[in-house]
Amino acid sequence: MKIDPDKCVACGNCVPICPMGAIAIEPAIGRAVIDSDECVECFTCYRGMSKEHLNPRMVRAVRRVAKLFRFRFDPEPDICPTDAIVPQELAWPRIVRRAFSDPQVPHESTGIHGRGTAEVKTNDVTQRVKDGEAGFVVEFGRPGVGARFGDIQRVTTALAQLGVEFEKNNPVAALMSDRSHGLIREDILKEKILSAIVEIKAPIERVPAVLQKIKDLAGDVDTVISVGVSTRCDAAGNDVLGEMLKQEGYPAYRGKTNLGLGRGNVAENSQNAEASK
Amino acid sequence: MTNTLHRYSEHYASAAPRHPKAIRDDYIVFAMASRGINDDNLVEKHRTFLRLALKHQPVNIGDATKGGSVRPRQDLNPSAHWRRDHQLDHEQVIAEIEGHTTVAAVFDNYTAVENFIEELQAADLGISINISAPIDEAKRCCDDAGIVRHSVEYSVGFSGRVDKLPDATTLELSTMCGHGMIAANFAKKMLDWVREDRRTPEEAARYMARFCSCGVFNIVRAERIMKRACNRK
Repeated sequence: MKIDPDKCVACGNCVPICPMGAIAIEPAIGRAVIDSDECVECFTCYRGMSKEHLNPRMVRAVRRVAKLFRFRFDPEPDICPTDAIVPQELAWPRIVRRAFSDPQVPHESTGIHGRGTAEVKTNDVTQRVKDGEAGFVVEFGRPGVGARFGDIQRVTTALAQLGVEFEKNNPVAALMSDRSHGLIREDILKEKILSAIVEIKAPIERVPAVLQKIKDLAGDVDTVISVGVSTRCDAAGNDVLGEMLKQEGYPAYRGKTNLGLGRGNVAENSQNAEASK
Repeated sequence: MTNTLHRYSEHYASAAPRHPKAIRDDYIVFAMASRGINDDNLVEKHRTFLRLALKHQPVNIGDATKGGSVRPRQDLNPSAHWRRDHQLDHEQVIAEIEGHTTVAAVFDNYTAVENFIEELQAADLGISINISAPIDEAKRCCDDAGIVRHSVEYSVGFSGRVDKLPDATTLELSTMCGHGMIAANFAKKMLDWVREDRRTPEEAARYMARFCSCGVFNIVRAERIMKRACNRK
């Protein structure tokens, strides 16, 4: 992303908008500038701000007069008055920044928008997490910190040593050069993204060990990690995971509940039909 | 995607209080299909989902590929600084659905969610439906509607460089867009503006909502958080 210096009027509205804090007003030129190493190409500034398309010369003149009299103009905080934010054509490897930061860009590997797969949200149809299994979504950089793939690799290589199974359709797994060892392509290790989700599966009895491992590894990375754990409920709609997490001291307050109203899984439908006979 | 999973509340504070206050005004119900399995006539299914939701007064609805009920505009003129349109436009969300996406409805009370779920069950859309909320509340809703839960996913919180996170109030606001489109600095700015009486909590909540690109930002909860933080009624 770039800010067009011919259009920018240094109103400063875009400065707090950037989730990575990568935009600042450069006093020497009186324009907003973007730190391209910190920018994750999330398009929040470009897409999230409303636009007025005003003449920059006119806006600068008005601002100069207001400044002279020390008037505080109180403009709407989410408007770029002169449409000065300009997306750039992204080349490899920088293009992965947008793929993992702009939720309106679908990943080629998953075909869905966002940073992971549909995980447990379509589990009633896909049966991705089966009886006796636990699915983990380990998200790096969320909330609002950002992460580099080098930090992610530090964790994925350690998780691989635990023998966990990486979800093959996950966007991070698609960028691994060696999935069995959790190694990510070398040419993207320095790229910064808003967040990335690593999805793994393990037998449910290994939940405490995997969570502990993630907790231990979290101390070695320069970002924040958010973790979700999922499981399949039994025939009565109960799950053993909640109690297990509470016993281990995890909060487990909020979560997602798949209601099982989706249809389409032939194997399960026939099993249900058999069971109801 | 885990865009509604890790909404911050004091339950997830590194030093959580012994009895954190329950969150009773933040429920998201969303629907998505699986490619090639149950995605026939999908646009109509998504529209039916949202039309049923509208009967129960959601505080926001959204399409993950287009945005929520309040969106940025590309065609403003300077009068916007005095007469900004903050109205929610649910019909725009429904009209612009094109195909594969996740559609969501956000509610601020349990009764609305329960009634909506009962209607969804009767509508039998055949696509996956999820509730994102406190797990016990979602279970109660399923039990009340006679639904057997299929799967659950728990948020177990944050680890690593949590020292890089902003204060709790800011986090409560910014994590209501799980994709991270609402910057912590902007949430702080909005809190300051409400504190300085430059904007109302209602206006500030809508500025933030425009940045949430899938419409899961809970405008009413945001107003409540800002009123509490800024001692406003």
